[in-house]
Amino acid sequence: MNCKKEAVELMHKYLDGDLTKAEEAGLIQHLETCEDCQKHFHELKRTITWIQSTGQITAPSNFTQNVMAKLPKEKKRVSYMRWFKAHPVLTAAAIFFIFMFSGVFSAYNHDSQLIVSKQDDLIIKGDTVVVPEGVTVAGDLVVKNGDLRIDGTVDGNVTLINGKLLDNSIEGEGLMASVGEVNGKIEQVDQVFEWMWYHLRNIFESIFSVDNK
Amino acid sequence: MEFMIKEKIKQVKKGDQAAFEDVVAFYQNKIYQHCYRMLGNVHEAEDIAQEAFVRAYVNIHSYDDKRKFSTWLYRIATNLTIDRIRKRKPDYYLDAEIKGADGLDMYSQLETDSPLPEEEVESLELKSYIHHEISELPPKYRTIIILRYLEDFSLKEISDILDIPLGTVKTRIHRGREALRKKLRHV
Repeated sequence: MNCKKEAVELMHKYLDGDLTKAEEAGLIQHLETCEDCQKHFHELKRTITWIQSTGQITAPSNFTQNVMAKLPKEKKRVSYMRWFKAHPVLTAAAIFFIFMFSGVFSAYNHDSQLIVSKQDDLIIKGDTVVVPEGVTVAGDLVVKNGDLRIDGTVDGNVTLINGKLLDNSIEGEGLMASVGEVNGKIEQVDQVFEWMWYHLRNIFESIFSVDNK
Repeated sequence: MEFMIKEKIKQVKKGDQAAFEDVVAFYQNKIYQHCYRMLGNVHEAEDIAQEAFVRAYVNIHSYDDKRKFSTWLYRIATNLTIDRIRKRKPDYYLDAEIKGADGLDMYSQLETDSPLPEEEVESLELKSYIHHEISELPPKYRTIIILRYLEDFSLKEISDILDIPLGTVKTRIHRGREALRKKLRHV
């Protein structure tokens, strides 16, 4: 075997793991007889061991931050999306509130029609609902987006949404005296929050009334 | 880990910059080390390693998901280091006269071809001596020796990183090993 060419070539193939069984046997046989090649082989292996023994080094401590600072700015949209993904509960809560408020507001703002609870004997003049004298309205009376004048009697609660309770006696015999008889509570709602509060209370009341029965 | 990185890369491709932070944190030591071994200088190594990550981020859309991300990243880093080595201005010229040394030029400062005396070698720390010898190799051999023996890549992976045929990688690693063997045989 030619030391300079063949044997050294085989050594490198061995180091790269490319040696076939037959070639390996040939190399071993040659190394046993040739001292120069043995030395050469030993030096190669020692060199590799030495290369591999050089120490590990680590990047400077603020390396990552420095890289991040050098990057071009990302799009705004993406950072918002990431925030939403990172805070799912807050996002859900925010969406819930948006829907809830928009629902309440639209219900409050868009229903500007006059709505009166269905009872006989009520007189409607334009935007004003009148309980005529000598008439007794049975049950709760609800007037929405309109004023109410009570000359007669209401046998139940009165709720006014977005409207006023009109005083029919301008002469003023005292505030309450002018109002017809109401055998229940009078309630006026004309603020958004009161409107919401009224709704929420209604919900609770309906829940509890079921329990009571 | 490979899977985690793949997921992060997907997010980065969608434009999520923060996901890239984890990628940098994961590879920073490897890439910094690679640059340091190639350049032999901490300042240049930090500079080039940072540049490599920035390039990777900017060009993330040209990265093919089916291939290994580390291979792609090492290719960017290696190309940048080789560019830097080529652009380096020589620090000194051999013909320049040394200040304050009458008539002596840099030729007189060159080491002789004869092997260093044993005492001198022993005074150098072996590791830094080896490191120095690796950094003296021509870049095309140095790159492969570093990737193979210090960063543990297979020859196939090295051929992917450097985008050169496997046969060329083998030829170069043989020559690199022989060159180092000759330098280190007297130690």
